[in-house]
Amino acid sequence: MKTVSKLLAGATLITCLGLTACQPPAEGGGGGIEPKLMADALHAVMESDRTVYTRNVVNRLAKEQQVISASEHWKDEPALPLPAQMFRMGAEMVAEKDVGFTYSLLSMWPINKQNTPRTEVEKAGLQFVADNKGQNFYAEETLGGQTYFTAVYADTAVAPACVSCHNEHKDTPKTDFALGDVMGGVVLRIPVGS
Amino acid sequence: MWAPERLESLPIDRTVFLPGETTDGHYQIELACESCHTDTFSDRTVMQEACEGCHSRELTRVDDSHPRTKFTDPRNADRVEILDARLCITCHQEHRPEITSSMGLSLPGDYCYRCHENVGEERPTHADLPFDSCANTACHNFHDNRSLYEDYLVEHRDEPDFRPVAEVRWKRAQGVAATVDRPSLSLAEHDGPADEAEGARAAAEWATSAHARGGVQCSDCHADATGAWQQEVDLAVCQDCHGLEAEGFLASRHGMRLAEGLPPMRPADARHPMQTDAAEAELNCNACHSSHAYDRRTAAAESCLGCHTDEHSLAWEKSPHAALWRAELAAASPEGSGVSCATCHLPRTRHPDDATRMRVDHNQNDHLRPRDKMVRSSCMECHGLAFSLDSLADPALVTTNYRGRPSREVESIHFATVLRWQLEGRPPPWDDAKKEEER
Repeated sequence: MKTVSKLLAGATLITCLGLTACQPPAEGGGGGIEPKLMADALHAVMESDRTVYTRNVVNRLAKEQQVISASEHWKDEPALPLPAQMFRMGAEMVAEKDVGFTYSLLSMWPINKQNTPRTEVEKAGLQFVADNKGQNFYAEETLGGQTYFTAVYADTAVAPACVSCHNEHKDTPKTDFALGDVMGGVVLRIPVGS
Repeated sequence: MWAPERLESLPIDRTVFLPGETTDGHYQIELACESCHTDTFSDRTVMQEACEGCHSRELTRVDDSHPRTKFTDPRNADRVEILDARLCITCHQEHRPEITSSMGLSLPGDYCYRCHENVGEERPTHADLPFDSCANTACHNFHDNRSLYEDYLVEHRDEPDFRPVAEVRWKRAQGVAATVDRPSLSLAEHDGPADEAEGARAAAEWATSAHARGGVQCSDCHADATGAWQQEVDLAVCQDCHGLEAEGFLASRHGMRLAEGLPPMRPADARHPMQTDAAEAELNCNACHSSHAYDRRTAAAESCLGCHTDEHSLAWEKSPHAALWRAELAAASPEGSGVSCATCHLPRTRHPDDATRMRVDHNQNDHLRPRDKMVRSSCMECHGLAFSLDSLADPALVTTNYRGRPSREVESIHFATVLRWQLEGRPPPWDDAKKEEER
């Protein structure tokens, strides 16, 4: 594991993320955090928020209580954004902030084919988390001349709404997802080295 | 951005520095080089900030289908090496007329191929389509696809050509007036200089205006901070109450020179045909909203035709839209049933912060090109989606200002319908099956 800088407080984490690539602090005894630890922490937040929104907002209101629908076209309809859209909107907002890490939601069975794994690490990672339930995938890859620590986490069907929407969507390549299945993965990248 | 003092810093003639003809979108501000080349001429990312400074709000509003963040994601690094879509100038190079086409596009029209080369596998209806046809009217746009996405096309495919009640919904909603809580004023109550003939005329016009009805006094616009009378009223004064309208105006072809601290646009500087006797008119608020009556109906068509003399504009008088407009003005038909120039190009839309109020979008470029940008803000107030797209895609009909019916049907709705039924394992509707056979 490449250590980008010494583990320390959250404030230092932000400083580190603000750089193009995490580097040890020049002086002053500051610290940093290993990319794996940072990636795992970021993903823990993402996964928790994503699960809460999926179960307690979308599944509860749209599927159980049926008081509002959830729709891909939520801007045109009085509907909730889909959980995947919610996640992507957050990822785009983070990308706009340019804070030094990126993440995306991909799948080997994507509804939007642009979300098919493209890089070798994405392909290997998505396959690994689908085959090895409960395990994450970590690797380094170089894209556009920059080396990244890339982590892939399973994205699991946590509520009945995940399964029914994906199985019934006109563009889905897979129609037999079941609750608890790995449906895809979150790919998180942190630039490392120079 | 409003910095008229920058005028003084302009050298006498900067045209010698222009490396090539500037696009229609930017030529008005081409001598304010620093508007785009802010700090340097060599750093493309610095220039990107200038692009976003003027255009990012609009791109967000239209739910840009290809936001920059799609391409800053490292997973697309290989694509970016081929086509760096993180930067506007990759597709919109300036000063290169020899390679620039419609929409200021400086790439060959088949650029979609770079990322969507396998579209035929996913969408069999598209298998044999050339990539330079993707951006045909009513098919796809790179940025704004709000009226063109697949489900929208299917959802609205069966709408009638003419809606049973063909009226602009926001016409009757209040704009700025909804925020004013003052008693109305009569002619006798004005506080302007009425002792001169000009002052009396102005006061008489003011007494008929929305300003008088809203209790806005002469001095509210003409007095400066010290209370001294100012004969000329600056745009900033209008902006105090009409902020959103001014914002749209300053972003538009009418106001963009003012926004950059340049002298106002004049019809003489236009690249489109204009009335010769209006050539020297200066474009500010009063150019269209003549003081002091501020008659919105005059501003909505008559003012436009005071300058614009292109075929489309001149044909409006004989169009069904104009007949409806005249009927509305004559109170022979309901408010909102007429169609002026402004109905389509400066439409009334929902106020961004208040669902009960409307705003008049004064940036006509947001509702002009690509033409299908007008579909949701204007056309579909009165027409079905298919009729709207077919009409906008018919160049002859655009020239005659929509006098007649569209000559052909665009394929996008048909493609979307066939695809939906194929995916659902059903035979396509009869008329679509027939079209598929003919293809």
